Amino acid sequence: MKIFVCVKRVPDTSEAEVKVDSSGKDVDSSRFSFDINDADNYAVEEAVLIKEAKGGTVQVVCMGPADSDVMIRMALAKGGDSAMRIEDPRINDTDPLKVAKVLASAIKKQEYDLVLTGCMTNDDGSTAVGVALAEELGVPHAAMVKKLEVEDGKIKAHRELEGGLLEVVEITLPAVVTIQTGINEPRYAPIRGIRAAQKKELKVLKLEDIGLAEDEVGPESSLIELQKFYIPEVESTAEVIEGDPEEKAEIMATKLVKGGLL
Amino acid sequence: MGDVFVLAEHRQGELRDITLEMLTKASGIAEELGGETVAVLIGSGVDSFAEKIAGYSDKVLYVDDPLFSDYNSEKYQKVLAELIKQQNPELFMIGHTTQGVDLAPALAVELNMPFVTDVIDVEFVDGKPQPVRQYYQGKVNANFAFKGEPPYLITFREATVEAAEEPFKEGAVEKVESPLKEDIEYRRFVEYLEAEVGDVDITQSEVLIAVGRGVREEKNMALIEELAEAVKGDVCGSRAATDAGWIPADRQVGTSGKTVSPKLYIAVGISGAFQHLAGIKGANTIVAINRDPDAPIFTVADFAIIDDLFKVLPKMTEKLKELQG
Ligand SMILES: Cc1cc2nc3c(=O)[nH]c(=O)nc-3n(C[C@H](O)[C@H](O)[C@H](O)COP(=O)(O)OP(=O)(O)OC[C@H]3O[C@@H](n4cnc5c(N)ncnc54)[C@H](O)[C@@H]3O)c2cc1C
Ligand SMILES: Nc1ncnc2c1ncn2[C@@H]1O[C@H](COP(=O)(O)O)[C@@H](O)[C@H]1O
Repeated sequence: MKIFVCVKRVPDTSEAEVKVDSSGKDVDSSRFSFDINDADNYAVEEAVLIKEAKGGTVQVVCMGPADSDVMIRMALAKGGDSAMRIEDPRINDTDPLKVAKVLASAIKKQEYDLVLTGCMTNDDGSTAVGVALAEELGVPHAAMVKKLEVEDGKIKAHRELEGGLLEVVEITLPAVVTIQTGINEPRYAPIRGIRAAQKKELKVLKLEDIGLAEDEVGPESSLIELQKFYIPEVESTAEVIEGDPEEKAEIMATKLVKGGLL
Repeated sequence: MGDVFVLAEHRQGELRDITLEMLTKASGIAEELGGETVAVLIGSGVDSFAEKIAGYSDKVLYVDDPLFSDYNSEKYQKVLAELIKQQNPELFMIGHTTQGVDLAPALAVELNMPFVTDVIDVEFVDGKPQPVRQYYQGKVNANFAFKGEPPYLITFREATVEAAEEPFKEGAVEKVESPLKEDIEYRRFVEYLEAEVGDVDITQSEVLIAVGRGVREEKNMALIEELAEAVKGDVCGSRAATDAGWIPADRQVGTSGKTVSPKLYIAVGISGAFQHLAGIKGANTIVAINRDPDAPIFTVADFAIIDDLFKVLPKMTEKLKELQG
């Protein structure tokens, strides 16, 4: 099996204050900590598990800045064989269809059986790149996959639907599958793997190297345009419990018991 | 022109809530655009759905064909691509659901349509629709403009608008011939597998303690168990908690888990992603403990404790025990 896995480096904003920058179209990310996108971490693990079971190769694909190399090397340490990173300021990365086009162009010149992506990024949350990538490649897909059974020339994908219902579909290879979190238990990179990863190939590519021109993936080519970023008004009606942590705990406990909330 | 099309969603013989939500929203959008609303229904034996949604749209176009007895994004795509070319709507809405995200991006690429996903609202600038969506898990909003000519395509988030309670239109129902004549080989529906059932049915619980990634490690679950015991509640959690294995899968709350309606819901270290919030709309009282003042969970909470859960929980459990004797 020749497998490609797409990974993106994203900020962890779960506890960060997010501020719109002076351009009004981006956020100030100088104080964020970054790591591999949640779902992509599971996609890497799934790719490595398939390689371990069936043999073959895992190639890591990332579009992003040089800061992404640490994350890419981690994926190589876990069992990836080589990597491509596409970096070019001319790409309009606010349009998921352009991101998909870039990733497709990097992949399609090579042989592949299976392309794995995460189902959603934690920063953009488009939930679009994987399925758009399949269409760009002209191969079938299955989105939101929570279990994958690889057979001869085809796969059975268990798609996770609302309420935890699973829909099992069979698709022929080559194909694109978008991976949902929880499909496996991502491993930690072994020390030996981390050392080996430093020697693995990591190609950095520009638009020309993947056969694209600016008028195909640049801002002008995009059919959508970001107008503005803004912090949504929070309509909270919550009663904020004040005090030091212990006081808060006591006040809340009292409200629960005396207020008949239990 | 100016017409707003909505793809009706149904599964296992039931119309999904997103359908009427979108038709309700579409009615307002179509008014702004000076057009009509058209519901598109694809399925096999779906006459009753056609009748029902006619009460919420100006027109229903429907394909009824045994080839569509189960959902298949590739087959849907073939029908919708033809339909969109023939009908030339201004805006086409698909649910941002597990069905919609499996379909819409490929359709957008095939027809080269201006496309925005996970839309929560549509605003108008100079009479043109501008979709609003969120970034960073709800911490930032963004407005987009469509460039180029319609039709425009959006996926619309579930549970962002309330569906009209009563029918408000009497749409004409029109059956259309399916452009798909043969089954496809490269993607086949196999079966549905129901979610596992566990020991506790959290949809029936009166008091729920919900844990999220903020709990950090499995060993910290002991703190949660003690609190649960003190309030005679059951433990459930976010997807992050399920993925980490701290709670069983059947105790996950949210769109891909359970919808709960307890008297009291105590959310501990949960950020409040929209997929989670969708599962707790029916909760009577929500207490949220989170040290991030901007966490979206506070938008639905009745009581907010903005602090470190590890400092608050032990004392809270102690006090609860004391008060209840
Ligand atoms: C198709 C799809 C379906 C999904 N379905 C669901 C679903 O059904 N249910 C669901 O929950 N999610 C679902 N998700 C995932 C969802 O998008 C979020 O990723 C998830 O809800 C986040 O879980 P969390 O709040 O526990 O973690 P995080 O978002 O990481 O939040 C952790 C929170 O803990 C707080 N915290 C950290 N440390 C402390 C401390 N010491 N004291 C106090 N607070 C602290 C942080 O401030 C943060 O707000 C789905 C996603 C997709 C793509
Ligand atoms: N810049 C990128 N580089 C590599 N893969 C990406 C990139 N952006 C998105 N992806 C992949 O597409 C998936 C879905 O992203 P999105 O559509 O932005 O939610 C992610 O989980 C990644 O696997």
